[in-house]
Amino acid sequence: MLGFLKNPVVVTAEINMNLVALTVMGLISRLWGLSYPQAVVFDEVYYGQFVSLYMKRIFFVDDSGPPFGHMLLALGGYLGGFDGNFLWNRIGAEYSANVPVQSLRLLPALAGALCVPLAYQILVELQFSHCAALGAALLILLENSLITQSRFMLLESILIFFILLAVLSYLKFYNLQRHSFFSGSWWFWLLLTGVACSCAVGVKYMGLFTYILLLAIAGLHFWQMIGDQNLSNVSLICHFLARGLALIIIPVAMYLSFFYVHLTLLYRSGPHDQIMTSAFQASLEGGLARITQGQPLEVAYGSQITLRNVLGKPMQCWLHSHTNTYPIRYENGRGSSHQQQVTCYPFKDVNNWWIVKDPGMQQLVVSNPPRPVRHGHIVQLVHGITTRYLNTHDVAAPLSPHSQEVSCYIDYNISMPAQNLWRVEIVNRESDTDVWKTILSEVRFVHVNTSAVLKAGGFMNFHLEVQTGRTLEVVGEKLSKGYHQSMVWNVEEHRYGKSQEQKEREVELHSPTQMDISKNLSFMAKFTELQWKILTLKNEDTEHKYSSSALDWITMDTNIAYWLHPTSGAQIHLLGNVVTWASANVAAVVYMCLSLWYLIRRRRRIYDIPEGKWQRWVSAGGICVGGWAVNYLPFFVMEKTLFLYHYLPALTFQILLIPIVLQHLSDHLCSALTVAWFSSVYLVYCTFSPVTYGKPSLSVAELKQLRWKDSWNILIRKQ
Amino acid sequence: WDETHFGKMGSYYINRTFFFDVHPPLGKMLIGLAGYLSGYDGTFPFQKPGDRYEQHNYVGMRGFCAFLGSCLVPFAYLTVLELSRSLPAALLTAFILIFDTGCITLSQYILLDPILMFFLMGAVLCMVKCNSCADRPFSASWWFWLCLTGVNLAGAMGVKFVGLFVVLLVGLNTICDLWDLLGDLSLSLVMFGKHLLARVLCLILLPLTLYTAMFAVHFTVLNKSGPGDGFFSSAFQSQLIGNNLHNVSIPEYLAYGSVVTMKNLRMAGGYLHSHWHLYPEGIGARQQQVTAYLHKDLNNLWIIKKHDLDTDLSDPSSPVEFVRHGDIIRLEHKETCRNLHSHQHEAPLTRKHFQVTGYGINGTGDSNDFWRIEVVGGKAGKLIKVLRSQVRLTHVATGCILGSSGKTLPKWGWEQVEVTCTPYLKETPNSLWNFEDHINPKLPNISLDVLKPSFAEILLESHMVMIRGNSGLKPKDNEVTSKPWHWPINYQGLRFSGVNETDYRVYLLGNPVIWWLNLVTIGLYLLMAVSTAVTLKRGVQLTSELKELSRVVLCGGGQITLGWLLHYLPFFLMGRVLYFHHYFPAMLFSSMLTGITWDTLLKFCARVLSPRITARKVYGGGFLALVLLIIYSFYLFHPLSYGMIGPMASDPSSPMAGLRWMDSWEF
Repeated sequence: MLGFLKNPVVVTAEINMNLVALTVMGLISRLWGLSYPQAVVFDEVYYGQFVSLYMKRIFFVDDSGPPFGHMLLALGGYLGGFDGNFLWNRIGAEYSANVPVQSLRLLPALAGALCVPLAYQILVELQFSHCAALGAALLILLENSLITQSRFMLLESILIFFILLAVLSYLKFYNLQRHSFFSGSWWFWLLLTGVACSCAVGVKYMGLFTYILLLAIAGLHFWQMIGDQNLSNVSLICHFLARGLALIIIPVAMYLSFFYVHLTLLYRSGPHDQIMTSAFQASLEGGLARITQGQPLEVAYGSQITLRNVLGKPMQCWLHSHTNTYPIRYENGRGSSHQQQVTCYPFKDVNNWWIVKDPGMQQLVVSNPPRPVRHGHIVQLVHGITTRYLNTHDVAAPLSPHSQEVSCYIDYNISMPAQNLWRVEIVNRESDTDVWKTILSEVRFVHVNTSAVLKAGGFMNFHLEVQTGRTLEVVGEKLSKGYHQSMVWNVEEHRYGKSQEQKEREVELHSPTQMDISKNLSFMAKFTELQWKILTLKNEDTEHKYSSSALDWITMDTNIAYWLHPTSGAQIHLLGNVVTWASANVAAVVYMCLSLWYLIRRRRRIYDIPEGKWQRWVSAGGICVGGWAVNYLPFFVMEKTLFLYHYLPALTFQILLIPIVLQHLSDHLCSALTVAWFSSVYLVYCTFSPVTYGKPSLSVAELKQLRWKDSWNILIRKQ
Repeated sequence: WDETHFGKMGSYYINRTFFFDVHPPLGKMLIGLAGYLSGYDGTFPFQKPGDRYEQHNYVGMRGFCAFLGSCLVPFAYLTVLELSRSLPAALLTAFILIFDTGCITLSQYILLDPILMFFLMGAVLCMVKCNSCADRPFSASWWFWLCLTGVNLAGAMGVKFVGLFVVLLVGLNTICDLWDLLGDLSLSLVMFGKHLLARVLCLILLPLTLYTAMFAVHFTVLNKSGPGDGFFSSAFQSQLIGNNLHNVSIPEYLAYGSVVTMKNLRMAGGYLHSHWHLYPEGIGARQQQVTAYLHKDLNNLWIIKKHDLDTDLSDPSSPVEFVRHGDIIRLEHKETCRNLHSHQHEAPLTRKHFQVTGYGINGTGDSNDFWRIEVVGGKAGKLIKVLRSQVRLTHVATGCILGSSGKTLPKWGWEQVEVTCTPYLKETPNSLWNFEDHINPKLPNISLDVLKPSFAEILLESHMVMIRGNSGLKPKDNEVTSKPWHWPINYQGLRFSGVNETDYRVYLLGNPVIWWLNLVTIGLYLLMAVSTAVTLKRGVQLTSELKELSRVVLCGGGQITLGWLLHYLPFFLMGRVLYFHHYFPAMLFSSMLTGITWDTLLKFCARVLSPRITARKVYGGGFLALVLLIIYSFYLFHPLSYGMIGPMASDPSSPMAGLRWMDSWEF
């Protein structure tokens, strides 16, 4: 207990000065003049709006990735005391004084700077010499594109940081595996691998590629352990469970927690509400919740409701009707029923109100006690303002001639009988006697006579007399091919009707709903919906001036102009260090050729290099070439707008390969050549640093000289 | 159903008219051949599904497909027999394929799928046979099977591009095979070289030759102009009899004063077109519309003029001046005498582009009518060739490029294609044009035969067109499409014919019992394979019989599973419209896996219950139960493929009423 009296407490610290020096240099290169330019640079305009929304606690949906990265950026804003009041509308707009530029950009820059020592450590853990490790770190340090990307409020540097951290901690863990498993540090590195992986995935879905690579490597290593006869079955199972816990369960839990924090932070309704379901919207403060708060839960005969289409694409809309009739003849000569139009209208309107009526009774009010509508019940839907019945019949719909027209039945001048009975089918029911609930129930309306299903279709492009343009067609779909969200509706606003007289009812329809019950969505339900929306939401195919194809990246045939000074020629470009990119490509090719050669030779039992060296060579390649491949090749099958910065994670892995190949070949190469090559890397870095840091401003002639490739788009002001 | 497609294409072969399809030609050629041999005259129009064949002789084509479809059963039987060396396993597979309603329905009609599956299974069978001849390489039977594999690969590739997956399967298998041979130190490097060469010869060169030959036949047979012309370049069209480019002669180099038509280079791109109508109110400037139009028309004619001179160049005495790369020109619409014009108003549909209009009166406009003409890969001062040169028109004032966005304009634009000026300077076919017609009386005409593309060019072009066609088959918004995960669970079938109660209805749906058995088996197999592999890796000593079983599970089952994966997983990545029948190649593999897995499992169970008599009883009983189950389910579901009449299954009075096990089935 008092042992420290006998033996004094001694702290021995071992500090690798190389590492410290590299970290300092990394910090200097990334943090120098961070608040310059004092203007919105490139995608800051995109991420900035989310930071603002976080500051204001307003809910948003971003289809570009999960929320962890946005939250980190917002954390910077929070620490800097940002109030979220800035209009992110234009690249190059000057920041107002309330925007803490420095602290917003600090976290990405720190992450970018820390990549330098991480690269060093990875090579050390791969059991390469300190010299090689130093080389790798210097190459990362002097890579212009990584510097540019780190210095602004962008996510790539954070992503790369977490990817490298995951790789490093796995390597540490694997090296500890040999002598001390289940020790404290063994657990630490194993758990850190899982945490770093989930952070990487949480920043951008691209992190998934590295996560899968690490899982595969871990699987391979475990497979080798299975073959180890010295291990008992029990300890194998323990190992397996430990890995499963750290590499699968913890990342999943972390990923969920990102969303939990995200949803907890953002509780106010905002601009992206309408893509979520009514139930989700109702859970946000303000917006729909203000209206739906306290409305009755169960839809009963006599209920007044608005029906929202569940699909919400291309825009949210409500079942709507108005006094105009379909034209007798459309422009293309087809005839119509000339009855009252039914559409799906994207705005709130008093004409969106419908009354649920029991076909057997005349009254349009809710009886006391209310009789709830259940799954399978047959109802009529009465349009509130015009008191017409929702009807469909075998007449071609205005835009989709294969579907039935839906109209409101007018009781004069009609040669066809009314067919206005609809069966209510609750899609997400738990039992067949479920009650139709406001907001929660997703309902299909099946027409009793023709078994057509009520469905919202495409835009109405032609002019329907009064209502023009942006309204959606509603049809009866005869061939109901399975489940599709466009055929499902849910009740959004709801109240029990009280007035039997038409006049009074109109007044009632115009007045806002007021009643009292409230409900909440569970976290998992919200998470599933938000996750699904993020994955399926597709922005329109946007062309961009600086978008490129994956093939352009290897040779860096493209660049991205990030910022241009409003008056002088100072500008910032995403441009890599040409020498580094070229040597990285050469290293990859050399590595692959050499590996193939060795592999074939080994197959014929000819061993060129000793076993230990071969193992190192293979594991280094597995990480570096594997990391490059998984972060690069998938872009060839992706169908989204691609930019040069998508290549940076792959590039980082490729750069790590250079010193590995170099050390392998160093027996045959003189070191003077290496020094010359390194100085050329440095020279190129210096040459391009004006467009990396945005200062000093260059003259036209100097800019023209920087245009080493014709495909680069360097901005030159016309005099 | 799709008979309207492939039957029609068969007719095209018989009539020798050129057409375009997204699949390679072999399948349709075989259908055409079968029709030809059985006396079909190619006159049936194949207009819409459900039309009666009347007196037309269609049995030959259907019979041919059905015959190939029935060959699948013996193929699968032999493959499994070879892989597992177990008769019951092979029989089980055969029963599954015989009694699967989906396979029956799919092979009954004039479709490409039975042909594809025939070649595919043929390739797998030959590959397996060849592997089992590995102990006596270079023997006659070894060569025979190896060559036959190559032939079948060419066949599979030639029917549909899905054949690529089986090529991959065979390729992977060959690489493994060669890797084993390389590790065999008793084999000299020369011998290894021979092995390598034989495989390159039979599995790469032979299929490639056959594949090319197939296209050669395709282009030789189809020498008349037909509905597929518009998809191909002008140079290609000049080869087709009846096309208006066939055997015409036009001046070769573009000159000022020439009257030309310009064709967009995108797939099925139209001619630059204008007409007297104006853009409607609210859509850009109210000036004359400029569109891309797919048909030949007088309104497609434009006159090339110098940007600064407005002299009448048709004066025969003035010297001819050629247009050169980098020149600034003005294009005047011949009918309306307005200039091609662009300005910074947004285009009607593609909001980020600029609007293109016709502007000016009788050829006098403003500086927004000036365009710089550039040839792709050209140098300043070079002449511009008709048909051959790919031309880009850059708007001088704004720096944007004339292009066709491919979007169809609404009613006011006569549903023609939008033409815009794009500020994004990308090399896409959308923004490239070539000159097709060229009239200039002052220049000597040359025959277009000079432009005749070589066979390699034709081959390349047709592949480009097919690939673009395939990727163009995108699902529309709000359209209910089949998803790959629907398929193995038999979620939803395809309606082959008949919708209403009174029609004769055929519905493509797998026998649910068989498909669900297959699905369960895949999970079961994975479990078995993992446990076997772990057992072996842990170094557990096995008896010789168990060793044999584990070999079957790992090697035989592994190959089949690989085939299943290769034929199934890629569909998850495809952006095009998918249909249920795309799963059938994978389903064949899955059925074979079922045969192997259950046979091994039963054998294993029998071994655990060691007394001889019980063991045999368990084995025989299990096998019999499976077969009876399959036959009974076939009895239940056979109306799906042989046709049903009467009320729909949702009606309780229908004979199929109790069989609609899933709500998504629509029979």
